Amino acid sequence: MTSLNLEALFQSKIDEETKIEPKDWMPDAYRKTLIRQISQHAHSEIVGMLPEGNWITRAPSLRRKLILLAKVQDEAGHGLYLYSAAETLGANRDDLVQQLLTGKAKYSSIFNYPTLNWADIGAIGWLVDGAAIMNQVMLTRTSYGPYARAMVRICKEESFHQRQGYEIMIAMAKGSPEQKAMAQDALNRWWWPSLMMFGPKDAESSHSDQALKWKIKRKTNDELRQQFVDVTIPQAEYLGLTVPDPDLRWNEEKGSYDFGEIDWEEFWSVVKGNGPCNKQRLQARNKAYDDGAWVREAASAHAAKKEQRKLEPQLETKAA
Amino acid sequence: MKNEWPLWEVFIRSKSGLSHKHVGSLHATDAEMALENARDLYTRRNEGVSLWVVESKHITASDPDDSDPLFEPAKDKIYRHPTFYDVPDDVTHM
Ligand SMILES: [Fe+2]
Ligand SMILES: [Fe+2]
Repeated sequence: MTSLNLEALFQSKIDEETKIEPKDWMPDAYRKTLIRQISQHAHSEIVGMLPEGNWITRAPSLRRKLILLAKVQDEAGHGLYLYSAAETLGANRDDLVQQLLTGKAKYSSIFNYPTLNWADIGAIGWLVDGAAIMNQVMLTRTSYGPYARAMVRICKEESFHQRQGYEIMIAMAKGSPEQKAMAQDALNRWWWPSLMMFGPKDAESSHSDQALKWKIKRKTNDELRQQFVDVTIPQAEYLGLTVPDPDLRWNEEKGSYDFGEIDWEEFWSVVKGNGPCNKQRLQARNKAYDDGAWVREAASAHAAKKEQRKLEPQLETKAA
Repeated sequence: MKNEWPLWEVFIRSKSGLSHKHVGSLHATDAEMALENARDLYTRRNEGVSLWVVESKHITASDPDDSDPLFEPAKDKIYRHPTFYDVPDDVTHM
């Protein structure tokens, strides 16, 4: 078949909602786009452990500590599901990890913001995992089979992440005036970065059209952002907290909220590496990787030795 | 750097009476580590009662481009399905 026919056949499979599986023919650009998107998603899960990991040793109770540990462990798992989904496309795990460690690969900018106090852990679970869920629920219907299946597994685990965060927010917002002020302050700092998680505006999103045609994405950035605002505002109201947006108001006609303009200058500056914690995050990942080198080497050596021992008795029989 | 740990495919039996089902893959130095990693990665919420791990290189997959000729022989044998046969309405338990 000519590549033109193959491409038409591929698109018709997409159009009729047949999933693409690893060994199926796919256009090079589809493969590349997916490897980039899935590995960036994996890196985000891995780097995403850092801001929360920062608070594990200082969680206010054993209950909160166990919960936070379990959540952070889940994020490690999400990273691993996604790396193996990228590998089904022919990517190499070590290469992907190197791209993260050298700063060549991107990850979600939200993780370049600092976690200053315990209320931030509540705000992250509620808002950051909440925004991630919006995106990931959409991706359970993405056209590439292994990516869609990883997303189903991830979404099942995410819902506890958001709930534990919201529970922290409830405890603080209904607590002492100082606690409520901390919760409000955390919301003030995390609100806009959370809205930025959905990426540039549709008009400025370079890969968007093709990704929609290939059904890698099923909704646009702006659609997802609007959906997030609409479900989150009532949750903020329940807490008795206000989002830091003077332009926010209910629009009766369109049945959803109008909201203010994102500070796009800040958005691009963090993407380009100038956020508050970009350097710190990369340093932490590199340190973890370097400090773990001896463990990886020892495990390889141990496995080789065991393999050798299995062979040795046979050698002895031969010699006798 | 380039002595990457081998890739393993993970299969889980979710409860007794059901077959093992593929859930994903992971890297590990050997089978024992693959089982331990599979436990931590794929069964954090009681997803299974039994695990299989198989090194990915040992799996032979059919080629999707050949799937038409490969599965062709079964396609025209509709008489293998019970719906092919007419059973009179008066006849029961069949
Ligand atoms: Fe996650
Ligand atoms: Fe999460």
